[in-house]
Amino acid sequence: MSTVAHRRFSLDNLLAYAIVGAGSLIMLIPFYFMFIFATHTDREIMSVPPPLLPGDAFLMNLEILLTRIPHFWKNVGWSVYIALMTTALNLFFCSLAGYAFAMYEFRYKKQLFALVMGTMLLPAFVTMIPTVLVMSWLGWLNEPRALYIPAACTALGVFLMRQYIGSAIPRELVEAARMDGCSEFGIFWRIVLPLTGPALGTLGLITFIASWNNFLGPLIVLSDMEKFTIPLALRSLQGTGQTPWGAICAGAAIAVLPLLLIFSVASRRLIDGLTAGAVKS
Amino acid sequence: MALPVSPPPDPDQDAALASRGAGDGLAEGTTNVPASTSLIAEDLASPTPQHSGAVARPAAASRRRLTMRKAAPYLFISPFFILFLVFGLFPLLFSIYVSFFQWDAATGLGGMEWVGIDNYAFVLMQDDWFHKSLYNTAWMGIAGGLPQHLVALPLAFFLHTAFGRWRNTFVGIYFLPFITSTVAISLVFTSLFSREFGVVNAMLGALLHLENIDWWQPQYSKTMISFVVWWRYVGFNTVLYLSAIQTIPRDLFEAAIMDGASRWQQFRHITLPMLKPMIYFAVTLTIIGSLQLFEEPFVLTAASAGDGRMSGSGGIDQAGKSAAMHVFTTGFGENDFGTASAVAWILFMIIALMTMLNNRLLGRDTEGR
Repeated sequence: MSTVAHRRFSLDNLLAYAIVGAGSLIMLIPFYFMFIFATHTDREIMSVPPPLLPGDAFLMNLEILLTRIPHFWKNVGWSVYIALMTTALNLFFCSLAGYAFAMYEFRYKKQLFALVMGTMLLPAFVTMIPTVLVMSWLGWLNEPRALYIPAACTALGVFLMRQYIGSAIPRELVEAARMDGCSEFGIFWRIVLPLTGPALGTLGLITFIASWNNFLGPLIVLSDMEKFTIPLALRSLQGTGQTPWGAICAGAAIAVLPLLLIFSVASRRLIDGLTAGAVKS
Repeated sequence: MALPVSPPPDPDQDAALASRGAGDGLAEGTTNVPASTSLIAEDLASPTPQHSGAVARPAAASRRRLTMRKAAPYLFISPFFILFLVFGLFPLLFSIYVSFFQWDAATGLGGMEWVGIDNYAFVLMQDDWFHKSLYNTAWMGIAGGLPQHLVALPLAFFLHTAFGRWRNTFVGIYFLPFITSTVAISLVFTSLFSREFGVVNAMLGALLHLENIDWWQPQYSKTMISFVVWWRYVGFNTVLYLSAIQTIPRDLFEAAIMDGASRWQQFRHITLPMLKPMIYFAVTLTIIGSLQLFEEPFVLTAASAGDGRMSGSGGIDQAGKSAAMHVFTTGFGENDFGTASAVAWILFMIIALMTMLNNRLLGRDTEGR
């Protein structure tokens, strides 16, 4: 990628490097200390100056974490389970809806799509109170499905899949399959879906991360500590007498590490997917 | 989060997104597969209009196919709308309904008592904690939101003009906070902001010779929360601005450089004016997001309450309580679902109002683009 300005070693560029570099340090410092503190005892963390290099107390912190949050591994399991269910459902339903919006002409298509996009504007706090009621009427309180069913088909996902299918899959292909007597769902399932791999990958990662990080949803529908997701479990470490800093950072590191791993291999994809709605406006 | 103002995009942009956004496998996907099937497509589709082929088949079967074809798109999009009806629209309407009742949820539906607009009147006139939380939200929205754009704009410009090979790496670093768990990272920040041993105080002491600050005191807590909010979203805005800068025609800059324009002049006279539509859009997102602020203050201020159950109160003197947190505590802390719903709808109206105001102020010239 070449840029417009002369990329010579000028004072201008030096200044740009310094500012961008300093800013990126600010972005990384919290992650750095999270990992460092995760490997130090509380006494070491609370010393001045704080430890700057990795220590050897990670297993001890983990032990404290497991005493304070007895169901921690179960909580991790619930987080994984809910994130995987949400992802699987989204991959199917969003691509199905995205396919319909991209490849079919039907009445009220424009209005319906505008409605889909409009739902993104809906603030979570407006539906927070009644959502709890709906869940309690359905008998879903404390059930993982209270989290993955409502999130099974997101507007952003429909949007992403519609964009991809509309631009990457030739209409003639769909027509040809139809001429061959393929059923409408068969066209989607056998012809279109196998061609949407890259978009499914992006959507899958975005959905997984969103579910993994979700806090408000679990906060209002889960009350049984055994069924907590990681964010809820971690929060329960707060304000219970002496704060176990090392254990908190160890727990936070466990919650963040999968995200860092995903991001390190697919950052471009995630950034593009998460900003696509805004960038395309 | 991100949403387009005008959904139907033009085809060029479509292609651009697909090749950029959807990843690497795309190129093979589009070239390989159609090649193998295009012959069939030609044979069947091109000589005659599409459905004349179907007419040759038994009429009933073809009619069924046509019905299927008409019904299919509605069937395919129905899951979204069914979910929206049950978990979006119905809760929405129900919360409007509830907001006109005095209702302790513990008493069940029978315990609802019609009070008209009393809840709204109470929230608007007498609910001091709501007023305070609204003030806090505005404070943190400006202190956390405005610097996002003041930093993201030049940052995007620097990344565009001075970085080549390393650009994506730095973009990734700045974007990283956006995808991390708010709860996990807010807990880490809680330790970084600690009065005695916090890294933040250590750095401020070393650089500015400040005394150790107790960030949970009411006069400081909003600053702390605003910083974390800034930290989380500045990279998101940088990416938005960077992608907008990359669409500015290159010859504009080249001509400016020919004329001897400095980098500042390029930024001031080319980048900024060309970015106006994106600035409008990104600021709109920030306004909407700021007024919904919940997770960061919810977790950060819980540390001062000394009791896990107290979280949501916003810390000492409720100085860090956002308006969305007030909906939460009114609803689930006090079990007052009627008032909580009224608070939610008033807040929603404020968001709508602010968005319209922003449209008036910033969006005027970007409309006809």
